[in-house]
Amino acid sequence: MATLILEDSTVMYAKSFGAQGDVFGEIVFNTSMAGYQEIITDPSYAGQVIVMTYPEIGNYGVNNDDFESLNPALHALVVKEYCKNESHYKSKITLGDYLKERNVIGIEGVDTRSLTKKIREAGTMSCFITTRDLSDEEIKQKIEETKNYKPNPDIVFDVTTKESYIKGKGNPIKLAFIDYGAKYGIVKSLVKRGCEVKVYPANIRAHSILKEDFDAVFLSNGPGDPKDCKNEIATIQELIGKIPIFGICLGYQLLAIVSGAKTYKLKYGHRGGNHPVINLETNKVMMSSQNHGYAVDVESLSEIMTPTYKNLNDDTLEGFKIDSLKVHAVQFHPEAAPGPDDAAVIFDEWIELMKKYQKVRA
Amino acid sequence: MKDNSIKKVLVIGSGPIVIGQAAEFDYAGVQACRALKEEGIEVVLVNSNPATIMTDEHIADKVYIEPLTVDILTKIIKKERPDGLIASLGGQTGLNLACELNDAGVLEKYSVKVLGTNISSIKMAEDREMFKNLMNEIGEPIPDSEIVSSYDEALEFANRIGFPIIIRPAFTLGGAGGGIAYNEKEYEEIVHSGLTQSPINQVLVEKSIAGFKEVEYEVMRDSNDTCIIICNMENIDPIGIHTGDSFVVAPSQTLTNNEYQMLRTSAIKIIRALKIEGGCNVQFALDTKSNQYYVIEVNPRVSRSSALASKATGYPIAKITTKIAIGYNLHEIKNSVTKKTVAAFEPALDYVVVKIPKWPFDKFATGDRILGTKMKATGEVMAIGRTFCSSFKKAITSLEAKNTGLLHHKFENMSLEQLLEELHIQDDRRIFRLSEALSRNVDVDELNKITKIDKWFINKIKDITDVERELEIKPLNYELYKKAKEYGFLDSEICAYAKVDEQTLENFNLEASFRIVDTCAGEFSASTPYFYSTYSEECELDEYKKETTDKKGNTLKKENVVVLGSGPIRIGQGIEFDYCSVHASWALNENGYESVMINSNPETLSTDFDVATRLYFEPMNIENVMNIIKKENPKGVMVQFGGQTAINLAPKLAQRGVKILGTSLESIDAVEDRKVFEKLLKELKIPQPKGRGVHSAQEALETTRELGYPVLVRPSYVIGGRGMQVVYNDDELLTYINQALQFSSEHPVLIDQYIEGLEVELDAVSDGKDILVPGICEHIERAGVHSGDSMSIYPSRNISRKNEKKLVKYARLIARKLNIKGLMNIQFIIKDDVVYVIEVNPRASRTVPIMSKVTGVPMVKMAINAALGKSIRSFGFGVGLYRKTNLVCVKMPVFSFQKLNRIDPALAPEMKSTGEVLGVDTNFKKALLKSFIAAGYKFGGRKQRVLVSLNDHYKKPALKIVKRMFSQGFFIMATWGTHKFLEQNGIPSKMIEKFMIDKLQKRMKNGRLSFILNTPTLGKNSQTSGFQIRTIAEMYGVPCFTSIDTARAYLRAYRTFDKKVNLEVDTITNYRKKKFLGMF
Repeated sequence: MATLILEDSTVMYAKSFGAQGDVFGEIVFNTSMAGYQEIITDPSYAGQVIVMTYPEIGNYGVNNDDFESLNPALHALVVKEYCKNESHYKSKITLGDYLKERNVIGIEGVDTRSLTKKIREAGTMSCFITTRDLSDEEIKQKIEETKNYKPNPDIVFDVTTKESYIKGKGNPIKLAFIDYGAKYGIVKSLVKRGCEVKVYPANIRAHSILKEDFDAVFLSNGPGDPKDCKNEIATIQELIGKIPIFGICLGYQLLAIVSGAKTYKLKYGHRGGNHPVINLETNKVMMSSQNHGYAVDVESLSEIMTPTYKNLNDDTLEGFKIDSLKVHAVQFHPEAAPGPDDAAVIFDEWIELMKKYQKVRA
Repeated sequence: MKDNSIKKVLVIGSGPIVIGQAAEFDYAGVQACRALKEEGIEVVLVNSNPATIMTDEHIADKVYIEPLTVDILTKIIKKERPDGLIASLGGQTGLNLACELNDAGVLEKYSVKVLGTNISSIKMAEDREMFKNLMNEIGEPIPDSEIVSSYDEALEFANRIGFPIIIRPAFTLGGAGGGIAYNEKEYEEIVHSGLTQSPINQVLVEKSIAGFKEVEYEVMRDSNDTCIIICNMENIDPIGIHTGDSFVVAPSQTLTNNEYQMLRTSAIKIIRALKIEGGCNVQFALDTKSNQYYVIEVNPRVSRSSALASKATGYPIAKITTKIAIGYNLHEIKNSVTKKTVAAFEPALDYVVVKIPKWPFDKFATGDRILGTKMKATGEVMAIGRTFCSSFKKAITSLEAKNTGLLHHKFENMSLEQLLEELHIQDDRRIFRLSEALSRNVDVDELNKITKIDKWFINKIKDITDVERELEIKPLNYELYKKAKEYGFLDSEICAYAKVDEQTLENFNLEASFRIVDTCAGEFSASTPYFYSTYSEECELDEYKKETTDKKGNTLKKENVVVLGSGPIRIGQGIEFDYCSVHASWALNENGYESVMINSNPETLSTDFDVATRLYFEPMNIENVMNIIKKENPKGVMVQFGGQTAINLAPKLAQRGVKILGTSLESIDAVEDRKVFEKLLKELKIPQPKGRGVHSAQEALETTRELGYPVLVRPSYVIGGRGMQVVYNDDELLTYINQALQFSSEHPVLIDQYIEGLEVELDAVSDGKDILVPGICEHIERAGVHSGDSMSIYPSRNISRKNEKKLVKYARLIARKLNIKGLMNIQFIIKDDVVYVIEVNPRASRTVPIMSKVTGVPMVKMAINAALGKSIRSFGFGVGLYRKTNLVCVKMPVFSFQKLNRIDPALAPEMKSTGEVLGVDTNFKKALLKSFIAAGYKFGGRKQRVLVSLNDHYKKPALKIVKRMFSQGFFIMATWGTHKFLEQNGIPSKMIEKFMIDKLQKRMKNGRLSFILNTPTLGKNSQTSGFQIRTIAEMYGVPCFTSIDTARAYLRAYRTFDKKVNLEVDTITNYRKKKFLGMF
């Protein structure tokens, strides 16, 4: 019997369908009804335990096309009903076998709705999962350990690329792309729109970028608390104003901090494919794909920052720009994967800006 | 923002319930009216369907129960001068009417704005050619197709593309007249039928992509161009079966995120191109082996699917569509579930929804059960479960069939070879064949190959049948029991499979828990009073109830009463019971109780979580109902409003110690038990037709000697579709008896004296002491036609004061004797001044909504009060027979035979109609004409031939009517016997051979046959020429009367029409205000 323990002393029993073992992590929920493959391979989930609120998971197996990274960085996947008989012409492997292969714990038979409500009420919590039976004594001990569990502050280091590489070689717009745990979808979206993307590890220094002839810098998504990313912030501080910068998710949060704003931890984050955001300039609404546990405090924006997007569910800030410094960033994921493609237009808009900046520079 | 120039809005309903257009539009219409009134907008409502809740006077400000024609609507518009109308809420009927009003220049003339999706968008979506062009323009793929208006053109396409080909007529409802053709012969037949049925004589012939996955998206767009998907749904049945006849699951199960988003993006692109404002439905076909998809269809309106999507997600599509129509944008509208977030979001589900259609084949044993592109289901059930298996299992239970399981559907003795062969048949029983094959370990791949059902679903169904087998083989322990419950098995099934008794199960002590439908998968706190059951999970009900405490923490617990709904819509149990359930729930609230609604039908208003205090979307099975009752601990249960479904549950509830409120179970039983009822009437000295049950042909002959012909025969035990019949001689009697006894020799055949008199019916409210009879209705057809299929008139015209008094007296005697507390319906026959009681129903009847509306007596509200022990006198409507006004109405049944092949349209004691319309006026003749017009009969044009074919019993009685036809200018054709008879009586007619069906068919096709009067000969045999003529007439929409009384009424209406009378329109309230001036 697999066991799930929360820091609030909740104990739930389940059945294992992935790898065997013990793991601690930060427990979060995602409300997407499709797209589990993209979710589990999204590096922003590094160190986290994902609860899928949709109950039937694994239905179409795992295919070769829908990875967002090659190394799933999550610590465990928690579902209500795992589908052992997957059905899809593209499927290469069942979800369970994939998790086993990648050494990720997966448990099923969990009352995921109750778990979600607990997270909603108490906020994101630490948890412990084991695929073995625990004695009462062990349970007590694990509850204590869970309470004391602290997420790894250097988590970005775990998921960033170790080597730099280039995608879309020869494309007209030259981008420096800092990978804090980037989803493939972002790079793909940029390449598709005519960018040559040079992907750098998170610890790249500003001068290495500035010395090359890039049109802009792109800051990716990534896991963890933005305030923990001291070095990354320092790098951006050196870059800002010298070159146009675009950012998504963690990249957006880091840009905000550099621009003088503050970030804070959301009670239970935004994770799903149905978050309505409104464009504050045009008043247009779109459905966005989101995955973040921290937000930028809209009250803390410095004078130069212009808010661009707002979440209609809880009025949190979802995007800002600094025209003078050529900075543009959004909290949500225009690359979707998984989720609606509505926000893909943001890439189009940004590409236009990059071209404009390119011209100005020329 | 809201458009403040709109002060008055016209809402057009969808007319009578027919296959393809059911209660979902009442649900949508009511939501729309409420949404408008909420904004202080005056609502004018028009619908010809009196059984709807939307035609209640408190739903709209002005209610017109008038025929839905351009002519009538123009008059209403002229009178009311609305600022706008919403076209997209009244189904295909409403949509077509809005287009016609627009084309006729009426909307422009009276400056009526079309709110929401406008006419050009509607036309773009509905017109096949324009739609095709638009899709090509925006690069959305559609299957190879062509619009044709003749068979020659169609043939040309077929020669180019090859079979199979799908035929879809333009502008028809539920795909009427369409189908799939696999060869030229079928092709010719369907194309012709489609061309005839399409109002613009157009059909789309399309390359068949049968076997693709069918996926639907419910989409919403506002004028700010915000687009959202409310829900996507996947048909378990692949393309080829009409979505209304498909098993459907929400959300999609087998689509990857990429596929889901690809179709979502396409749907949004399409509604943007169409400039839809409001709800819309887009259907796709998706290949099972590649990313290739096709756009199949767009419904630019609220639909059956959107009702399903609303219930599946908790997102009120019709309401939001209305708000958008009056100018709001999605982000300006609150999410009424979370109360914090906005309507601009996409619901996230944390459960699985399964919809299963309810077909009428149990009623129509001879009917063609093959499913295709033409919808045949009369209704549907929906179930919610935390897993697909539990949801699917619950949905099967909700069908209310005797066998709630997947196995043992009479396929268990079939050879494997035959079973596999029959799996190719796409009919209503295919899931049971599939289950049987799975239980015999037929390979999933093979089944997928045969049925084209995705392996995911087949595997899940296999999981269920495996549990069924496991229960049969393994000893039952707690773990297995828990597993079976999580899979949705009923205790009754587990007892049967595992051969254990209920006590054993009770000892396991496993209770159902209830979860909330909240639109957001638990992400935000919500207090929707909308529940479904599950096992081995937390119960959210207590938490929900906890929230109903005041600021000081005192519980505001009120007593609650359970109202049982009526389940899926089927013939004989329609929307009228939803009307009653909804009113019951409102009346309970008014009386200070919490109302708890249980129902399984997604089309209805009763399953709107806004109606009752708490809604449970659950099967109407005793176990599911008891699970709720255990948690709710109600004061009692109201069973009299939910039709037979609810009544059937009454004894089981009483057995389990649940209090039945209102009329007691003993009284309900008394009228159902023939012997007890006979004795009771005898005691009360109320005449009744004589009769008895017989077990042999000999006994039958002896009985009829005593009673005299004609007699009414019926089996005491209903065997698949074999119903009542009137027989006139020994031959007919013996044919019937021998057949009936063949089916079941243990159950007697009941033989009753058949009194061919005036059939009369009344509804009454009783508190056990007094009764109030709002009105007495008289049927136009003589006794022998099911009351649901008869035309009926209120107030009655042919009943003497003396007999009227007698009717009320009998009703009072029966009500007191049975201590009726609530509603009661009695049917009588009057012959030679003797009033016979033929049937008593101690519950709400089909006519309650009509009588409530035409008299203004709030019958259900009074019934609830009576059931709660209050006197009905306090309502101020008096007791006895309620006063008449000058309002006259004619109720007219509406049938759906065009959708169902091989069913005899002849009127009989067995009910066949699916809906009804009401013609209302202060003048009987006008009301009569209106009722025919509302039911879709066409008047005017050149008078053509009529075909008369009478059986021997009706030759003489029909003579006057045929004479009248002649004098009204019709040219009479008659079959041989009838021709001879007419000749003898001096009426000229042209003799035609009975078998010249081809020739007749041609006439009908060319519109050279005005109508048919054909009284059927006995023997429900599809080989008789009469049967063939009747079915062909249905196909070509030629009126075919099988009762001479209906024909007489029709001729009468025709005479009124010929006199060019001006049909006036008025609200039901105003009609009622006109004082009764006596008979005219």
